[in-house]
Amino acid sequence: MKLTIERAALLKSLAHVQSVVERRNTIPILSNVKLEGRSGALSLNATDMDLDIIETVSAEVSQPGATTAPAHTLYDIVRKLPDGSQIELEQTGDDGQLTLRSGRSKFTLACLPVEDFPVMSGGELPNVFTLSAAELRALIDRTRFAISTEETRYYLNGIYVHTARNMGVDVLRAVATDGHRLARFEVPLPEGAEGMPGVIVPRKTVGELRKLIDETAVEVTVSLSESKIRFAFDEAVLTSKLIDGTFPDYERVIPADNDKNLEVDCRTFAQAVDRVSAISTEKSRAIKLSIEKGALVLSASSPENGSAVEEIEAVYSSTPLEIGFNSRYLLDILAQVEGDAVRFTMSDAASPTVVREVADGSAVYVLMPMRV
Amino acid sequence: MAALCRDCGALGDGDGRWCGRCGSDRQFRHAELADLHIAHIDCDAFYASVEKRDDPSLADKPVIVGHPGGRGVVTTACYVARRYGPRSAMPMFKALELCPHAVVIPPNMAKYKRVSEQIHALLLKATPLIEPVSLDEAYLDLSPGARLVDRPAATLLARLARAIEERVGITVSVGLSYNKFLAKMASDRDKPRGFAAIGRTEARALLAPLPVRAIHGIGAATARRMAEEGIETVAQLQELPEAALVARYGKFGRALARLVRGDDPRKVTPDRPAKSVSVETTFARDVRSPEALCEALRPLCERVATRLERGDLGGGTVVLKLKTADFRTLTRSHRLAAPTARADILYRVGLALLRTEADGRAFRLLGIGVADLVPAALADPPDLFA
Repeated sequence: MKLTIERAALLKSLAHVQSVVERRNTIPILSNVKLEGRSGALSLNATDMDLDIIETVSAEVSQPGATTAPAHTLYDIVRKLPDGSQIELEQTGDDGQLTLRSGRSKFTLACLPVEDFPVMSGGELPNVFTLSAAELRALIDRTRFAISTEETRYYLNGIYVHTARNMGVDVLRAVATDGHRLARFEVPLPEGAEGMPGVIVPRKTVGELRKLIDETAVEVTVSLSESKIRFAFDEAVLTSKLIDGTFPDYERVIPADNDKNLEVDCRTFAQAVDRVSAISTEKSRAIKLSIEKGALVLSASSPENGSAVEEIEAVYSSTPLEIGFNSRYLLDILAQVEGDAVRFTMSDAASPTVVREVADGSAVYVLMPMRV
Repeated sequence: MAALCRDCGALGDGDGRWCGRCGSDRQFRHAELADLHIAHIDCDAFYASVEKRDDPSLADKPVIVGHPGGRGVVTTACYVARRYGPRSAMPMFKALELCPHAVVIPPNMAKYKRVSEQIHALLLKATPLIEPVSLDEAYLDLSPGARLVDRPAATLLARLARAIEERVGITVSVGLSYNKFLAKMASDRDKPRGFAAIGRTEARALLAPLPVRAIHGIGAATARRMAEEGIETVAQLQELPEAALVARYGKFGRALARLVRGDDPRKVTPDRPAKSVSVETTFARDVRSPEALCEALRPLCERVATRLERGDLGGGTVVLKLKTADFRTLTRSHRLAAPTARADILYRVGLALLRTEADGRAFRLLGIGVADLVPAALADPPDLFA
């Protein structure tokens, strides 16, 4: 294999594939990226056995061929080469080495045989549909912050993507929860998604996917089965195993009978929460909301730091209520609100609270109160 | 040079052999005696001493406190027994090989706790600033602003040591210095029934010839690493500038630079809150079967939960401890998304940790606990799906 490629193009692709590669690997080949030069293009492939990414970039290939080289090392080298440089990659015969030349630099990297590189069997992915990059981005951003990090509840370690019907409309829905908060977001059901199984997309896949969306095209093709999902971009294809578990029946924890409505300006509220929470302890992050007709008082106190109080305007007409929340959870939700006004629908200080945008019904958040 | 009578506590500057007040010849001399205020009091062979106190027939016999039988370890060996080699933490069978005629007494923790409280009550008469380290040792701050009796620290310590001997019936060794690190080192210099002091002018020189392990915070792993770099003694560390220590040992390097000079900024803090809550069990026979290990884990989790409840605490990290048949200790921990005080969560997480280790190897000990303690109110936040 012998090819020449622009540093910027190689760096961008390597950045994507190397982040799939785990830092610590017991299987050496999994530390490597598979490089394959064909007519006019270089394809890069990395995997951690659960997640596989293939990216193609244009390159001047003078001699087709394939090899595998250490992904992080290669990335590190390319990153440190000067902007605008040309890179030549060459693997000659069977000495098991890849030579990288650029300007006056020359690197020789140990390779592993391309035959040993694991191929993630695609299997059949019968459900195929397309989403706009904006829709996919929203499905991820509005929910991913609520993904559980508790590994013993592995079935919550991802975003549950499934079809649902909301007020007579078929939707594609994303839900994530860690038991303390829940985030649900939906988009109109894309053509081809009818009848797809509900799937749990793992956290790492969500993270890698999100990076690709930012640099991409307008549309993403999604294909999936019960055990795998594939996201095809213009130049990259991400294939991932799905979490083999049952997502809990989340509908039943979204309260329908809460009757105390609080409406506040999202930015004003978020800034007040951020300020007042400076006082709450690192461990609890608790913040208290004291709600009366027309006013909301935020307060926090900690034995070490002291106390804080701030009052903001609010629309509220039910009986006064005192309720506590984790300030970080509040800020996570408020950061996703695009409109001006946000509505909290509460029952009492111990029951789940529903949060929605006043102007847009596609996102629903549920927040468990804290004892304060 | 200042002289302390260890019997009556009189502090003078005579250089006679006998105390000018009571005539005792137990005189302790040290140039900086009047300027040292931080003490470490360590009971001599505590558990064994208590047993000897309660059964005078044991007085000159080698006594080992620990669970008898092949599996136990020595908790305490009295000074008679130590002459034959047994030491605390040694497996009992080995101790008995070295000292076959030893009298082995199973520990009676409730009794030792009572005795410890009795000693604590005596110490409290001298200062409220007492930091117990375990049942048998404590740090005291006897500086003029802290002590309750307006007498020099050395005098108070001599009186305390005597009061403990007379009223509790066991002996202690006292270390006096200007910080905790050196006070503890001092109490170890003249055991048993000892009294030693380390002053500011001599600290650096006293530390210099010691092996690096003598420094608080240098354990087996760091010592090994230092040995690989050719560093064996504190003197070698003293020669390195702080920047070099930080470059080599990171954040610990800064503390190290101070410690090797004999500086220790830690204050004597009474009732230091617990950092972790854990329980463990040593099996009567080594256990290999993963099922049996899992079975043994459940009651341990219940006990941790009970202790957390009693302390009004929760823990943010679950720590599993295993000791292999060849005495290698493994700990595996898992940071929880939210702190817990519940046995079922401890068990679920503990089980996941245990499953990766229980691979047929033989284990002699299993333990579980929590670290990163938080007030109980922050544990187990309400869960949507619970």
